[in-house]
Amino acid sequence: MSLLIRNARVIDSASGLDGLRTILVDNGRIAAIAEASACFRAEDEIDASGLWLFPGAVDLAAWLREPGLDQKATLESETRAAAASGITTLCYQPEPGASFDSAAQVKLIYDLNGRRRSANVEVLGNLTKGLKGEQLSNMASLKRAGCVGVTNGLQPFHSLQTLRRAMEYAATHDLTVFIYPIEHALAAGGYMHEGEVSTRLGFPAIPSAAETVAVAQTLALASHTGARVHFCRLSARLSVKLIRQAKESDLDITADVAAHQLFLTEMDVSDFNPLCHVMPPLRSSRDLEALREGLADGTIDAICSDHQPHEVDAKLAPFQQTEPGISALETLLPLTLRLVDEGVLSLPEALRKVTAAPARIIGSEAGRICVGAPADLVLFDPDDLWELDLNRMYSDGKNTPFAGWNFNGAVKRTLLAGKSVFVG
Amino acid sequence: MLNAHLSPGPLPSRMQLAADGKLKHFLTIEGLPPLLLEEILDRAEQFVTVPNKQQKKAPLLRGKTVMNLFFENSTRTRVTFEIAAQRLGADVINLDIRTSSASKGETLLDTVRNLEAMNADMFVVRHEHAGTAHFIARYCAPHISVLNAGDGRHSHPTQAMLDMFTIRQKKGSFQPLKVAIVGDVLHSRVARSQIHALTTLATGEVRVVAPKTLVPAGIEKMGVSVFHNMDEGIADADVVIMLRLQRERMQTALLPSEREFFKLYGLTEERMKLAKPDAIVMHPGPINRGVEIDTRVADGEQSVILEQVTNGIAVRMAVMSMIMGPQGGAA
Repeated sequence: MSLLIRNARVIDSASGLDGLRTILVDNGRIAAIAEASACFRAEDEIDASGLWLFPGAVDLAAWLREPGLDQKATLESETRAAAASGITTLCYQPEPGASFDSAAQVKLIYDLNGRRRSANVEVLGNLTKGLKGEQLSNMASLKRAGCVGVTNGLQPFHSLQTLRRAMEYAATHDLTVFIYPIEHALAAGGYMHEGEVSTRLGFPAIPSAAETVAVAQTLALASHTGARVHFCRLSARLSVKLIRQAKESDLDITADVAAHQLFLTEMDVSDFNPLCHVMPPLRSSRDLEALREGLADGTIDAICSDHQPHEVDAKLAPFQQTEPGISALETLLPLTLRLVDEGVLSLPEALRKVTAAPARIIGSEAGRICVGAPADLVLFDPDDLWELDLNRMYSDGKNTPFAGWNFNGAVKRTLLAGKSVFVG
Repeated sequence: MLNAHLSPGPLPSRMQLAADGKLKHFLTIEGLPPLLLEEILDRAEQFVTVPNKQQKKAPLLRGKTVMNLFFENSTRTRVTFEIAAQRLGADVINLDIRTSSASKGETLLDTVRNLEAMNADMFVVRHEHAGTAHFIARYCAPHISVLNAGDGRHSHPTQAMLDMFTIRQKKGSFQPLKVAIVGDVLHSRVARSQIHALTTLATGEVRVVAPKTLVPAGIEKMGVSVFHNMDEGIADADVVIMLRLQRERMQTALLPSEREFFKLYGLTEERMKLAKPDAIVMHPGPINRGVEIDTRVADGEQSVILEQVTNGIAVRMAVMSMIMGPQGGAA
């Protein structure tokens, strides 16, 4: 099965390519990249005049819920939402109730997703058994089963010693450790950022230090153990500074931020809006600015969705009783591209943060347009203006605070290994 | 339906007022116009009881049903709401939710829907979580009004208004006053509501006085000045408001001991000399004698603590009648 995509503006941040090209896809991979005028023949052809073509997004964190928490979402519903949003690879974020201690559990996900593939699903295995923070997981077999990294998610470690050992063992098997930096003793009982809004609303709060203390500790252990560490969901100004400094030394570390942290602050919680209940919490506008600076100067490598779909009831209660998280697949690309409109990143840099950079963090060959790369591609109409409407979301989770936001540009078609998995 | 549930509602301050600017819910002082606060105080004047005189019922709320929904127990506050509603001629139903539906796993929204079906006109809500009254106001049937009787550390607006009433009774106007709020501000919904009320009413200076462990982050943004030294904090004050200190603060490493707290922040006769000679002493109760306040001050001439309690009924009558009475915001 071959496919020709003609006249698209091809943007590939990995190679620096940005220009009108014709792309030949064969057997699920990119077979040729040529001038727009090139004469190729293929079984199928798409005229992409006026459209952009870039690699499908690679999302480092999606809480996919199935099996175990299917009342919130399923692999099928969420991979379909991913395809409709220009995301072709999702990393399954383990959580209590849906986590990966064994190769069989990992294989189950690959099998489930394989039946009706709308997006690739990669798996982050458990760093400790049951995410309990006490015993090491079977990391070697998790790796053999295909896990692209290991993590303890938002769950605490029994002690720093456990974390140290887990990092050493992961390093033994050349596995990247995905760390959510949070010192639970400082965060315990908190629901939002500690600052003027939590004071006004009277919420038990989470200080920025709950994150920065953990970043500092993890950096020290990364230096000690030589483990490759990926810092997940930075939210605090000082965290960015610490990671910037650490990157200047020769530590093997990377970092990401959730897209919503770049647009929302503690002020968005002012009306007790449970849709803005997230972990780590939305912080101050100074933190937001620092995160944007960290993205621009490369301190923060990737932007992820931190997609957490919920059933309606999970958000239908007073703020403190609601579950944290945003259904965010459908806003990952729109928010990332909005950073271009707001002058934070250039277009290729913005795309790199959701394609080549995250792909590299999980050791994937996706996220780039070059001959031989998988044909995971997005055709995008930059002139299509649309408004996010909850009733038209693809995800099973409708929990987003971005309803009613207007976005510039829309996904017209998503290809996964050369096959159209979404046509808008 | 799904949409309505998930879309964020208006700001709490905004949703309290009906389209014509009248009070529909009473959830927080924050954002309410000064004139409305003054209207509450003026109306409360009409309801103040004169000692030894039979209080006439003012049946402004005849035929209305007020439900006290207390998810957190508080006999005193509940009773003052009950008396206020009864004096206005309303039927009052007390529900101690902790021992009924919530403990059976019913969601808050289901509880509210069930009570709605029993023809309530007003919910008086107390809950340990901030924002609960606001949540109920957002999702309950449109004919129902919600009166916040305390939500987490967020707000306790009738308590603040009865304090304002007491201050106005004793001091006349707010502009020239220096008011010191002393003690556990961190955990206090009363302090937060007092601060909003005092700043809305253009009080000259509002101070909070406490060690750093009991002062929440960024409270200066609420328009107060922060003092860690008690002597400096109450110097020249016209009003000293003492907050209740709970014993568990010692267990959670916020304070070393009651004795040290009393030594540094306790209100003694000696310290009161630093305030203005005609300063008044207030406390939202219940008081801890010898912890935040010395008995001689609590029972002394400058103390207006018991008057606060009496005024509480008048202020609650005022708020209820402004919401549900003829020409009220819920009408």
